[in-house]
Amino acid sequence: MIHPTASPRPAPRATKRSRVGWAQLLTTTLVCIGAVGMVIPFLWMLSTSLKPAESVLSVPPQLIPNSPTISAYLEVAQTFPILRVMLNSFVVASAVTFGQLVICSMAGYAFARLRFWGRDALFALYLGTLMVPFAVTMTPLFIIVKNLGWTNSFFGLIIPALFSAFGTFLMRQFFVSIPIELEEAATLDGADTLTIFWRVIVPLSGPALATLGVFAFMASWNNFLWPLLIVSDRQLMTLPLALSTLQGVYPGQTQWNLIMAGAVITVAPMLLIFAFAQRWVVEGVASSGLKG
Amino acid sequence: MYERGLKRSLTLTLFLAPSMIGMGVFVLGPILASLALSFTKWDLLTPPSFVFLDNFAALLRDPEFWSALQHTLTFLVGYVAPVMLLGLLVAVALNTRIPARGALRALYFLPVVSSWVAVALVWKWLLNPSYGLVNNALLGIGITGPAWLFDPAWAMPAVIFTSLWKDIGFVMTILLAGLQGIPPEILEAASIDGATGSQRLWRVVVPLLAPSLFFALTISLINSFQVFDQVYVMTSGGPAGSTSVLIERIVKNAFSYSQMGYAAAMSWVLFGLVFITSYAISKARSRWSL
Repeated sequence: MIHPTASPRPAPRATKRSRVGWAQLLTTTLVCIGAVGMVIPFLWMLSTSLKPAESVLSVPPQLIPNSPTISAYLEVAQTFPILRVMLNSFVVASAVTFGQLVICSMAGYAFARLRFWGRDALFALYLGTLMVPFAVTMTPLFIIVKNLGWTNSFFGLIIPALFSAFGTFLMRQFFVSIPIELEEAATLDGADTLTIFWRVIVPLSGPALATLGVFAFMASWNNFLWPLLIVSDRQLMTLPLALSTLQGVYPGQTQWNLIMAGAVITVAPMLLIFAFAQRWVVEGVASSGLKG
Repeated sequence: MYERGLKRSLTLTLFLAPSMIGMGVFVLGPILASLALSFTKWDLLTPPSFVFLDNFAALLRDPEFWSALQHTLTFLVGYVAPVMLLGLLVAVALNTRIPARGALRALYFLPVVSSWVAVALVWKWLLNPSYGLVNNALLGIGITGPAWLFDPAWAMPAVIFTSLWKDIGFVMTILLAGLQGIPPEILEAASIDGATGSQRLWRVVVPLLAPSLFFALTISLINSFQVFDQVYVMTSGGPAGSTSVLIERIVKNAFSYSQMGYAAAMSWVLFGLVFITSYAISKARSRWSL
Protein backbone atom coordinates (compact mmCIF):
# COMPACT_ATOMS: atom_id res chain seq x y z
CA MET A 1 0.00 0.00 0.00
CA ILE A 2 2.52 2.60 1.12
CA HIS A 3 6.23 2.45 1.09
CA PRO A 4 7.40 5.44 3.11
CA THR A 5 10.95 5.41 1.84
CA ALA A 6 10.36 4.72 -1.83
CA SER A 7 8.74 7.11 -4.26
CA PRO A 8 6.18 5.04 -6.15
CA ARG A 9 5.56 7.57 -8.87
CA PRO A 10 6.79 11.04 -9.79
CA ALA A 11 5.30 13.67 -7.51
CA PRO A 12 2.60 15.80 -9.11
CA ARG A 13 3.84 19.29 -8.34
CA ALA A 14 7.02 19.14 -10.38
CA THR A 15 5.62 21.37 -13.11
CA LYS A 16 5.13 25.14 -12.92
CA ARG A 17 7.85 25.50 -10.33
CA SER A 18 7.75 29.30 -10.30
CA ARG A 19 4.07 29.51 -9.33
CA VAL A 20 4.07 26.91 -6.61
CA GLY A 21 7.54 27.74 -5.30
CA TRP A 22 6.48 29.89 -2.36
CA ALA A 23 3.57 27.72 -1.29
CA GLN A 24 5.78 24.67 -1.47
CA LEU A 25 8.52 26.35 0.51
CA LEU A 26 5.99 27.31 3.19
CA THR A 27 4.43 23.83 3.49
CA THR A 28 7.85 22.21 3.49
CA THR A 29 8.98 24.50 6.28
CA LEU A 30 5.85 23.81 8.33
CA VAL A 31 6.13 20.07 7.82
CA CYS A 32 9.77 20.18 8.91
CA ILE A 33 8.87 22.16 12.02
CA GLY A 34 6.16 19.59 12.73
CA ALA A 35 8.67 16.78 12.30
CA VAL A 36 10.97 18.46 14.84
CA GLY A 37 7.95 18.58 17.15
CA MET A 38 7.53 14.84 16.64
CA VAL A 39 11.12 14.12 17.62
CA ILE A 40 11.65 16.48 20.58
CA PRO A 41 9.51 14.48 23.04
CA PHE A 42 11.51 11.34 22.22
CA LEU A 43 14.81 13.18 22.69
CA TRP A 44 13.54 14.73 25.93
CA MET A 45 12.57 11.26 27.13
CA LEU A 46 16.02 9.91 26.32
CA SER A 47 17.80 12.95 27.73
CA THR A 48 15.89 12.81 31.03
CA SER A 49 16.56 9.09 31.38
CA LEU A 50 20.30 9.78 31.15
CA LYS A 51 20.35 12.40 33.92
CA PRO A 52 21.33 11.82 37.52
CA ALA A 53 18.48 12.47 39.97
CA GLU A 54 19.82 15.86 41.09
CA SER A 55 19.85 17.47 37.64
CA VAL A 56 16.41 16.30 36.49
CA LEU A 57 14.58 19.25 37.97
CA SER A 58 17.04 21.95 36.92
CA VAL A 59 15.58 25.23 35.66
CA PRO A 60 16.04 26.05 32.84
CA PRO A 61 16.00 22.41 31.71
CA GLN A 62 19.20 20.94 30.27
CA LEU A 63 18.42 19.60 26.84
CA ILE A 64 21.65 17.63 26.77
CA PRO A 65 22.66 16.14 30.12
CA ASN A 66 25.89 17.67 31.50
CA SER A 67 27.05 14.36 32.85
CA PRO A 68 25.08 11.57 31.17
CA THR A 69 24.75 8.45 33.26
CA ILE A 70 22.86 5.19 33.07
CA SER A 71 22.21 5.25 36.80
CA ALA A 72 18.47 5.67 36.24
CA TYR A 73 18.34 2.43 34.25
CA LEU A 74 20.32 0.63 36.94
CA GLU A 75 18.06 1.95 39.67
CA VAL A 76 14.92 0.87 37.80
CA ALA A 77 16.45 -2.57 37.37
CA GLN A 78 17.25 -2.78 41.08
CA THR A 79 13.89 -1.61 42.38
CA PHE A 80 11.63 -3.25 39.81
CA PRO A 81 11.87 -6.63 38.04
CA ILE A 82 12.17 -4.77 34.75
CA LEU A 83 14.18 -7.46 32.95
CA ARG A 84 11.58 -10.04 33.86
CA VAL A 85 8.86 -7.64 32.66
CA MET A 86 10.68 -7.17 29.34
CA LEU A 87 10.93 -10.91 28.94
CA ASN A 88 7.20 -11.21 29.70
CA SER A 89 6.40 -8.69 26.99
CA PHE A 90 8.53 -10.59 24.48
CA VAL A 91 7.06 -13.97 25.40
CA VAL A 92 3.45 -12.73 25.31
CA ALA A 93 3.82 -10.74 22.09
CA SER A 94 5.69 -13.56 20.34
CA ALA A 95 3.18 -16.21 21.40
CA VAL A 96 0.23 -14.04 20.38
CA THR A 97 1.85 -13.29 17.03
CA PHE A 98 2.68 -16.91 16.27
CA GLY A 99 -0.73 -18.12 17.37
CA GLN A 100 -2.58 -15.49 15.36
CA LEU A 101 -0.54 -16.27 12.25
CA VAL A 102 -1.44 -19.96 12.43
CA ILE A 103 -5.07 -19.65 13.55
CA CYS A 104 -6.03 -16.66 11.41
CA SER A 105 -4.35 -17.93 8.26
CA MET A 106 -5.98 -21.36 8.53
CA ALA A 107 -9.42 -19.90 9.25
CA GLY A 108 -8.86 -17.30 6.54
CA TYR A 109 -8.07 -20.07 4.09
CA ALA A 110 -11.25 -21.92 5.04
CA PHE A 111 -13.29 -18.77 4.42
CA ALA A 112 -11.48 -18.09 1.15
CA ARG A 113 -11.42 -21.52 -0.46
CA LEU A 114 -13.26 -24.30 1.38
CA ARG A 115 -16.95 -24.73 0.66
CA PHE A 116 -19.23 -25.39 3.59
CA TRP A 117 -22.73 -24.64 4.75
CA GLY A 118 -23.19 -21.18 6.29
CA ARG A 119 -19.73 -19.96 5.33
CA ASP A 120 -20.70 -16.46 4.28
CA ALA A 121 -23.01 -15.96 7.26
CA LEU A 122 -20.23 -17.08 9.62
CA PHE A 123 -17.76 -14.73 7.95
CA ALA A 124 -20.24 -11.87 8.27
CA LEU A 125 -20.55 -12.71 11.97
CA TYR A 126 -16.74 -12.50 12.33
CA LEU A 127 -16.75 -9.10 10.63
CA GLY A 128 -19.63 -7.93 12.81
CA THR A 129 -17.58 -8.51 15.97
CA LEU A 130 -15.03 -6.00 14.67
CA MET A 131 -17.51 -3.21 15.35
CA VAL A 132 -17.95 -4.09 19.02
CA PRO A 133 -15.76 -2.04 21.38
CA PHE A 134 -13.51 -3.98 23.73
CA ALA A 135 -15.33 -2.33 26.63
CA VAL A 136 -18.38 -4.47 25.82
CA THR A 137 -16.59 -7.83 26.00
CA MET A 138 -14.21 -6.78 28.75
CA THR A 139 -16.40 -7.58 31.77
CA PRO A 140 -17.55 -11.12 30.77
CA LEU A 141 -14.09 -11.87 29.40
CA PHE A 142 -12.62 -10.98 32.77
CA ILE A 143 -15.10 -13.29 34.52
CA ILE A 144 -14.31 -16.17 32.13
CA VAL A 145 -10.57 -15.73 32.55
CA LYS A 146 -10.92 -15.45 36.31
CA ASN A 147 -12.96 -18.65 36.49
CA LEU A 148 -10.37 -20.45 34.38
CA GLY A 149 -7.80 -19.38 36.97
CA TRP A 150 -5.91 -17.38 34.35
CA THR A 151 -5.54 -14.07 36.14
CA ASN A 152 -1.89 -13.32 36.88
CA SER A 153 -0.82 -15.90 34.32
CA PHE A 154 0.55 -16.04 30.80
CA PHE A 155 -2.55 -17.98 29.75
CA GLY A 156 -4.78 -15.01 30.51
CA LEU A 157 -2.48 -12.64 28.64
CA ILE A 158 -2.01 -14.86 25.60
CA ILE A 159 -4.99 -17.11 24.92
CA PRO A 160 -7.85 -14.59 24.58
CA ALA A 161 -5.62 -12.56 22.23
CA LEU A 162 -5.05 -15.45 19.82
CA PHE A 163 -8.39 -15.12 18.07
CA SER A 164 -8.67 -12.14 15.80
CA ALA A 165 -11.51 -11.40 13.41
CA PHE A 166 -9.33 -8.71 11.87
CA GLY A 167 -6.48 -11.15 11.23
CA THR A 168 -8.86 -13.70 9.72
CA PHE A 169 -10.31 -11.02 7.47
CA LEU A 170 -6.86 -9.81 6.38
CA MET A 171 -5.67 -13.31 5.49
CA ARG A 172 -8.93 -14.24 3.75
CA GLN A 173 -8.74 -11.15 1.53
CA PHE A 174 -5.19 -12.05 0.59
CA PHE A 175 -5.95 -15.71 -0.19
CA VAL A 176 -8.90 -14.73 -2.39
CA SER A 177 -6.50 -12.70 -4.54
CA ILE A 178 -4.21 -15.69 -5.24
CA PRO A 179 -4.99 -17.29 -8.66
CA ILE A 180 -6.83 -20.53 -7.98
CA GLU A 181 -5.06 -22.29 -10.88
CA LEU A 182 -2.06 -22.96 -8.63
CA GLU A 183 -4.18 -24.91 -6.20
CA GLU A 184 -5.98 -26.73 -9.00
CA ALA A 185 -2.68 -27.84 -10.47
CA ALA A 186 -1.53 -29.10 -7.07
CA THR A 187 -4.82 -30.98 -6.66
CA LEU A 188 -4.27 -32.71 -9.99
CA ASP A 189 -0.85 -33.76 -8.71
CA GLY A 190 -2.66 -35.49 -5.85
CA ALA A 191 -2.01 -33.01 -3.03
CA ASP A 192 -4.63 -32.72 -0.28
CA THR A 193 -5.85 -29.42 1.17
CA LEU A 194 -3.41 -29.33 4.06
CA THR A 195 -0.45 -29.99 1.76
CA ILE A 196 -1.64 -27.33 -0.65
CA PHE A 197 -1.99 -24.85 2.22
CA TRP A 198 1.51 -25.44 3.59
CA ARG A 199 3.37 -26.04 0.34
CA VAL A 200 1.63 -23.70 -2.08
CA ILE A 201 -0.30 -21.03 -0.22
CA VAL A 202 1.88 -20.22 2.80
CA PRO A 203 5.06 -19.70 0.71
CA LEU A 204 3.13 -17.21 -1.42
CA SER A 205 1.73 -15.34 1.58
CA GLY A 206 4.87 -13.67 2.91
CA PRO A 207 3.58 -10.09 2.58
CA ALA A 208 0.22 -10.79 4.23
CA LEU A 209 1.79 -12.84 7.03
CA ALA A 210 4.41 -10.15 7.64
CA THR A 211 1.74 -7.44 7.80
CA LEU A 212 -0.42 -9.40 10.23
CA GLY A 213 2.58 -10.57 12.24
CA VAL A 214 4.03 -7.12 12.79
CA PHE A 215 0.60 -5.71 13.58
CA ALA A 216 -0.22 -8.46 16.08
CA PHE A 217 3.15 -8.08 17.79
CA MET A 218 2.76 -4.32 18.06
CA ALA A 219 -0.81 -4.51 19.35
CA SER A 220 0.18 -7.05 21.98
CA TRP A 221 3.33 -5.17 22.99
CA ASN A 222 1.45 -1.90 23.46
CA ASN A 223 -1.73 -3.36 24.97
CA PHE A 224 -2.49 -1.78 28.30
CA LEU A 225 -6.12 -2.17 29.36
CA TRP A 226 -6.30 -5.98 29.35
CA PRO A 227 -3.08 -6.58 31.36
CA LEU A 228 -4.27 -3.85 33.72
CA LEU A 229 -7.44 -5.84 34.42
CA ILE A 230 -5.96 -9.30 34.93
CA VAL A 231 -2.40 -8.82 36.21
CA SER A 232 -1.45 -7.42 39.60
CA ASP A 233 1.69 -9.49 40.22
CA ARG A 234 4.80 -7.54 39.22
CA GLN A 235 6.49 -10.72 38.05
CA LEU A 236 3.82 -11.18 35.36
CA MET A 237 3.37 -7.60 34.19
CA THR A 238 4.06 -6.52 30.63
CA LEU A 239 5.98 -3.32 29.91
CA PRO A 240 3.16 -0.73 29.54
CA LEU A 241 1.45 -1.96 32.72
CA ALA A 242 4.73 -2.01 34.65
CA LEU A 243 5.54 1.47 33.35
CA SER A 244 2.17 2.81 34.49
CA THR A 245 2.78 1.49 38.01
CA LEU A 246 6.30 2.91 38.11
CA GLN A 247 4.91 6.30 39.12
CA GLY A 248 3.72 4.85 42.42
CA VAL A 249 6.80 2.75 43.18
CA TYR A 250 9.04 5.54 44.40
CA PRO A 251 7.75 7.53 47.34
CA GLY A 252 7.80 11.30 47.40
CA GLN A 253 8.32 13.48 44.35
CA THR A 254 8.00 11.72 40.98
CA GLN A 255 11.45 10.64 39.84
CA TRP A 256 11.20 11.47 36.18
CA ASN A 257 14.61 10.10 35.20
CA LEU A 258 13.52 6.64 36.38
CA ILE A 259 10.13 6.84 34.67
CA MET A 260 11.69 8.07 31.43
CA ALA A 261 14.18 5.19 31.61
CA GLY A 262 11.17 2.86 31.82
CA ALA A 263 9.56 4.67 28.88
CA VAL A 264 12.73 4.25 26.79
CA ILE A 265 12.79 0.53 27.59
CA THR A 266 9.13 0.23 26.56
CA VAL A 267 9.35 2.24 23.34
CA ALA A 268 12.80 1.26 22.04
CA PRO A 269 11.97 -2.29 20.88
CA MET A 270 9.00 -1.04 18.85
CA LEU A 271 11.11 1.72 17.30
CA LEU A 272 13.74 -0.88 16.40
CA ILE A 273 11.12 -3.09 14.76
CA PHE A 274 9.84 -0.03 12.92
CA ALA A 275 13.34 0.78 11.70
CA PHE A 276 13.86 -2.70 10.31
CA ALA A 277 10.36 -3.57 9.14
CA GLN A 278 9.04 -0.13 8.27
CA ARG A 279 7.02 -1.27 5.31
CA TRP A 280 5.12 -4.00 7.20
CA VAL A 281 4.50 -1.80 10.22
CA VAL A 282 3.01 0.93 8.06
CA GLU A 283 0.86 -1.53 6.13
CA GLY A 284 -0.34 -3.26 9.26
CA VAL A 285 -1.40 0.01 10.83
CA ALA A 286 -2.89 1.41 7.63
CA SER A 287 -4.97 -1.68 6.96
CA SER A 288 -6.46 -1.90 10.42
CA GLY A 289 -6.77 1.32 12.30
CA LEU A 290 -8.32 -0.57 15.17
CA LYS A 291 -7.08 0.01 18.64
CA GLY A 292 -7.15 -3.66 19.59
CA MET B 1 -10.72 -28.27 -2.04
CA TYR B 2 -12.07 -31.25 -3.90
CA GLU B 3 -12.09 -33.67 -0.99
CA ARG B 4 -15.18 -35.67 -0.12
CA GLY B 5 -16.91 -37.19 2.92
CA LEU B 6 -15.01 -37.76 6.14
CA LYS B 7 -11.71 -36.39 4.86
CA ARG B 8 -13.46 -33.20 3.86
CA SER B 9 -15.02 -32.80 7.30
CA LEU B 10 -11.69 -33.46 8.98
CA THR B 11 -9.96 -30.88 6.82
CA LEU B 12 -12.62 -28.30 7.53
CA THR B 13 -12.45 -28.99 11.27
CA LEU B 14 -8.67 -28.71 11.26
CA PHE B 15 -8.73 -25.34 9.50
CA LEU B 16 -11.70 -23.72 11.15
CA ALA B 17 -12.37 -25.30 14.55
CA PRO B 18 -9.57 -23.58 16.53
CA SER B 19 -10.67 -20.18 15.30
CA MET B 20 -14.39 -20.85 15.77
CA ILE B 21 -14.02 -22.21 19.28
CA GLY B 22 -11.77 -19.32 20.30
CA MET B 23 -13.98 -16.69 18.72
CA GLY B 24 -17.00 -18.29 20.38
CA VAL B 25 -15.50 -18.43 23.87
CA PHE B 26 -13.50 -15.21 23.92
CA VAL B 27 -15.36 -12.86 21.56
CA LEU B 28 -18.91 -13.82 20.63
CA GLY B 29 -19.76 -15.43 23.96
CA PRO B 30 -18.63 -12.40 25.96
CA ILE B 31 -20.60 -10.07 23.65
CA LEU B 32 -23.82 -11.99 24.29
CA ALA B 33 -23.00 -12.40 27.99
CA SER B 34 -22.41 -8.67 28.25
CA LEU B 35 -25.82 -7.97 26.76
CA ALA B 36 -27.44 -10.38 29.23
CA LEU B 37 -25.41 -8.87 32.06
CA SER B 38 -26.67 -5.40 31.27
CA PHE B 39 -30.16 -6.53 32.40
CA THR B 40 -28.90 -7.84 35.72
CA LYS B 41 -27.53 -6.62 38.99
CA TRP B 42 -24.37 -8.48 39.94
CA ASP B 43 -21.68 -7.79 42.51
CA LEU B 44 -19.72 -11.02 41.74
CA LEU B 45 -20.37 -12.27 45.31
CA THR B 46 -24.09 -13.01 45.28
CA PRO B 47 -25.84 -14.58 42.24
CA PRO B 48 -26.91 -12.07 39.57
CA SER B 49 -30.53 -10.93 39.71
CA PHE B 50 -32.60 -9.90 36.72
CA VAL B 51 -33.52 -6.22 36.87
CA PHE B 52 -34.54 -5.65 33.25
CA LEU B 53 -33.91 -1.99 32.31
CA ASP B 54 -33.06 -0.71 35.79
CA ASN B 55 -29.39 -0.28 34.92
CA PHE B 56 -30.23 1.87 31.92
CA ALA B 57 -32.69 3.90 33.97
CA ALA B 58 -30.04 4.37 36.64
CA LEU B 59 -27.59 5.57 33.97
CA LEU B 60 -29.96 8.37 33.01
CA ARG B 61 -29.94 9.60 36.61
CA ASP B 62 -26.20 9.16 37.16
CA PRO B 63 -24.44 12.55 37.04
CA GLU B 64 -21.05 10.81 36.75
CA PHE B 65 -22.20 9.04 33.59
CA TRP B 66 -23.41 12.29 32.05
CA SER B 67 -20.20 14.11 32.87
CA ALA B 68 -18.14 11.20 31.49
CA LEU B 69 -20.25 11.31 28.32
CA GLN B 70 -19.80 15.06 28.10
CA HIS B 71 -16.01 14.79 28.52
CA THR B 72 -15.86 12.02 25.93
CA LEU B 73 -17.76 14.20 23.47
CA THR B 74 -15.53 17.17 24.33
CA PHE B 75 -12.53 15.02 23.52
CA LEU B 76 -14.16 13.87 20.29
CA VAL B 77 -14.99 17.40 19.16
CA GLY B 78 -11.58 18.76 20.09
CA TYR B 79 -9.70 15.87 18.56
CA VAL B 80 -11.35 14.65 15.37
CA ALA B 81 -11.38 17.78 13.19
CA PRO B 82 -7.77 18.83 13.98
CA VAL B 83 -6.37 15.32 13.58
CA MET B 84 -8.08 14.99 10.20
CA LEU B 85 -7.01 18.43 9.00
CA LEU B 86 -3.41 18.18 10.20
CA GLY B 87 -3.13 14.61 8.96
CA LEU B 88 -4.39 15.73 5.54
CA LEU B 89 -2.01 18.67 5.31
CA VAL B 90 1.01 16.59 6.33
CA ALA B 91 0.00 13.82 3.90
CA VAL B 92 -0.40 16.26 1.02
CA ALA B 93 2.88 17.99 1.83
CA LEU B 94 4.73 14.69 2.11
CA ASN B 95 3.25 13.44 -1.15
CA THR B 96 5.11 16.13 -3.10
CA ARG B 97 8.68 15.80 -4.20
CA ILE B 98 10.56 17.31 -1.28
CA PRO B 99 13.94 16.33 0.10
CA ALA B 100 14.08 13.59 2.76
CA ARG B 101 10.41 12.82 2.25
CA GLY B 102 10.76 9.22 3.44
CA ALA B 103 12.57 10.27 6.61
CA LEU B 104 9.94 12.93 7.36
CA ARG B 105 7.13 10.39 6.95
CA ALA B 106 8.96 8.03 9.30
CA LEU B 107 9.32 10.78 11.93
CA TYR B 108 5.58 11.49 11.90
CA PHE B 109 4.99 7.77 12.27
CA LEU B 110 7.22 7.31 15.36
CA PRO B 111 4.48 8.14 17.92
CA VAL B 112 2.06 5.75 16.17
CA VAL B 113 4.18 2.70 17.00
CA SER B 114 4.93 3.85 20.55
CA SER B 115 3.06 2.59 23.59
CA TRP B 116 0.33 4.97 24.78
CA VAL B 117 1.51 4.57 28.36
CA ALA B 118 5.03 5.71 27.46
CA VAL B 119 3.75 8.59 25.32
CA ALA B 120 1.34 9.73 28.04
CA LEU B 121 4.12 9.71 30.65
CA VAL B 122 6.51 11.61 28.39
CA TRP B 123 3.87 14.29 27.84
CA LYS B 124 2.99 14.37 31.52
CA TRP B 125 6.63 15.20 32.12
CA LEU B 126 6.81 17.68 29.22
CA LEU B 127 3.72 19.43 30.61
CA ASN B 128 4.99 19.51 34.20
CA PRO B 129 4.02 23.03 35.38
CA SER B 130 7.39 24.04 36.89
CA TYR B 131 10.04 21.76 35.43
CA GLY B 132 8.53 20.67 32.12
CA LEU B 133 9.95 21.63 28.76
CA VAL B 134 6.70 23.17 27.53
CA ASN B 135 6.22 25.75 30.26
CA ASN B 136 9.93 26.59 30.32
CA ALA B 137 9.83 27.16 26.57
CA LEU B 138 6.73 29.35 27.00
CA LEU B 139 8.52 31.26 29.74
CA GLY B 140 11.34 31.88 27.29
CA ILE B 141 8.94 33.87 25.10
CA GLY B 142 7.38 35.63 28.05
CA ILE B 143 4.28 33.48 28.64
CA THR B 144 3.49 31.88 31.98
CA GLY B 145 2.01 28.52 31.02
CA PRO B 146 -0.97 26.98 32.85
CA ALA B 147 -0.70 24.05 35.25
CA TRP B 148 -1.96 21.81 32.42
CA LEU B 149 -2.90 18.42 33.91
CA PHE B 150 -3.37 19.96 37.35
CA ASP B 151 -5.82 22.58 36.10
CA PRO B 152 -9.41 21.41 35.44
CA ALA B 153 -9.71 23.91 32.58
CA TRP B 154 -6.47 22.80 30.86
CA ALA B 155 -6.34 19.06 31.56
CA MET B 156 -8.64 18.03 28.70
CA PRO B 157 -6.97 20.33 26.14
CA ALA B 158 -3.63 18.81 27.19
CA VAL B 159 -4.96 15.26 26.73
CA ILE B 160 -6.37 16.26 23.32
CA PHE B 161 -3.10 17.86 22.26
CA THR B 162 -1.14 14.76 23.26
CA SER B 163 -3.57 12.57 21.31
CA LEU B 164 -3.17 14.79 18.24
CA TRP B 165 0.60 14.48 18.52
CA LYS B 166 0.32 10.71 18.67
CA ASP B 167 -2.25 10.19 15.90
CA ILE B 168 -1.40 12.70 13.14
CA GLY B 169 0.99 10.13 11.71
CA PHE B 170 -1.77 7.55 11.66
CA VAL B 171 -4.17 9.73 9.66
CA MET B 172 -1.27 10.78 7.43
CA THR B 173 -0.50 7.14 6.67
CA ILE B 174 -4.05 6.29 5.64
CA LEU B 175 -4.36 9.42 3.50
CA LEU B 176 -0.96 8.91 1.85
CA ALA B 177 -2.17 5.50 0.70
CA GLY B 178 -5.17 7.23 -0.88
CA LEU B 179 -3.10 10.06 -2.37
CA GLN B 180 -0.78 7.61 -4.09
CA GLY B 181 -3.80 6.26 -5.93
CA ILE B 182 -4.57 9.64 -7.52
CA PRO B 183 -3.06 9.80 -11.02
CA PRO B 184 -0.72 12.82 -11.32
CA GLU B 185 -2.19 13.55 -14.78
CA ILE B 186 -5.40 14.76 -13.13
CA LEU B 187 -3.49 17.31 -11.06
CA GLU B 188 -1.46 18.39 -14.07
CA ALA B 189 -4.67 18.87 -16.04
CA ALA B 190 -6.05 21.01 -13.21
CA SER B 191 -2.86 23.09 -13.22
CA ILE B 192 -3.03 23.60 -16.96
CA ASP B 193 -6.63 24.75 -16.55
CA GLY B 194 -5.31 27.41 -14.17
CA ALA B 195 -6.22 25.93 -10.77
CA THR B 196 -4.16 27.32 -7.89
CA GLY B 197 -2.52 25.11 -5.27
CA SER B 198 -5.35 25.43 -2.77
CA GLN B 199 -8.01 24.99 -5.46
CA ARG B 200 -6.33 21.79 -6.54
CA LEU B 201 -6.23 20.60 -2.92
CA TRP B 202 -9.86 21.32 -2.01
CA ARG B 203 -11.55 20.85 -5.40
CA VAL B 204 -9.55 17.98 -6.88
CA VAL B 205 -7.53 16.09 -4.28
CA VAL B 206 -10.05 16.05 -1.41
CA PRO B 207 -13.00 14.73 -3.46
CA LEU B 208 -10.81 12.03 -5.01
CA LEU B 209 -9.54 11.17 -1.56
CA ALA B 210 -13.05 10.73 -0.13
CA PRO B 211 -12.81 6.97 0.54
CA SER B 212 -9.59 7.36 2.55
CA LEU B 213 -10.93 10.42 4.33
CA PHE B 214 -14.09 8.58 5.34
CA PHE B 215 -12.05 5.62 6.56
CA ALA B 216 -9.75 7.81 8.66
CA LEU B 217 -12.73 9.80 9.96
CA THR B 218 -14.61 6.66 11.00
CA ILE B 219 -11.59 5.24 12.82
CA SER B 220 -10.86 8.57 14.53
CA LEU B 221 -14.45 8.88 15.75
CA ILE B 222 -14.61 5.28 16.97
CA ASN B 223 -11.29 5.65 18.77
CA SER B 224 -12.45 8.94 20.34
CA PHE B 225 -15.46 7.26 21.93
CA GLN B 226 -13.05 4.70 23.38
CA VAL B 227 -10.39 7.13 24.65
CA PHE B 228 -8.84 5.59 27.77
CA ASP B 229 -5.09 4.83 28.00
CA GLN B 230 -3.91 8.43 27.81
CA VAL B 231 -6.55 9.63 30.28
CA TYR B 232 -5.82 6.83 32.74
CA VAL B 233 -2.09 7.53 32.75
CA MET B 234 -2.08 11.33 32.47
CA THR B 235 -4.93 12.29 34.82
CA SER B 236 -6.85 9.16 35.96
CA GLY B 237 -9.96 11.21 35.20
CA GLY B 238 -8.94 14.23 37.29
CA PRO B 239 -8.38 16.89 38.33
CA ALA B 240 -11.79 17.21 39.99
CA GLY B 241 -13.21 14.66 37.54
CA SER B 242 -12.62 17.05 34.64
CA THR B 243 -11.31 14.31 32.31
CA SER B 244 -13.40 11.30 33.35
CA VAL B 245 -14.44 9.46 30.18
CA LEU B 246 -16.80 6.58 29.37
CA ILE B 247 -14.36 3.65 29.33
CA GLU B 248 -12.76 4.89 32.52
CA ARG B 249 -16.24 4.93 34.16
CA ILE B 250 -16.94 1.41 32.86
CA VAL B 251 -13.66 0.09 34.25
CA LYS B 252 -14.27 1.84 37.59
CA ASN B 253 -17.81 0.49 37.92
CA ALA B 254 -16.86 -3.05 36.95
CA PHE B 255 -13.56 -3.47 38.72
CA SER B 256 -13.57 -0.98 41.60
CA TYR B 257 -17.26 -0.93 42.60
CA SER B 258 -18.06 -4.51 41.42
CA GLN B 259 -21.19 -3.31 39.60
CA MET B 260 -20.88 -5.72 36.71
CA GLY B 261 -24.40 -5.26 35.34
CA TYR B 262 -24.23 -1.49 35.52
CA ALA B 263 -20.82 -1.45 33.79
CA ALA B 264 -22.17 -3.76 31.07
CA ALA B 265 -25.15 -1.46 30.51
CA MET B 266 -22.81 1.51 30.15
CA SER B 267 -20.68 -0.41 27.65
CA TRP B 268 -23.77 -1.06 25.52
CA VAL B 269 -24.59 2.63 25.53
CA LEU B 270 -21.03 3.21 24.30
CA PHE B 271 -21.52 0.56 21.62
CA GLY B 272 -24.78 2.25 20.61
CA LEU B 273 -22.99 5.58 20.16
CA VAL B 274 -20.23 3.93 18.11
CA PHE B 275 -22.78 2.09 15.99
CA ILE B 276 -24.93 5.14 15.29
CA THR B 277 -21.86 7.19 14.39
CA SER B 278 -20.49 4.55 12.01
CA TYR B 279 -23.92 4.16 10.44
CA ALA B 280 -24.32 7.92 9.98
CA ILE B 281 -20.91 8.16 8.32
CA SER B 282 -21.63 5.31 5.94
CA LYS B 283 -24.93 7.02 5.02
CA ALA B 284 -23.15 10.33 4.49
CA ARG B 285 -20.59 8.54 2.39
CA SER B 286 -23.11 6.91 0.10
CA ARG B 287 -24.76 10.30 -0.37
CA TRP B 288 -21.38 11.85 -1.19
CA SER B 289 -20.61 9.39 -3.96
CA LEU B 290 -24.30 9.34 -5.08
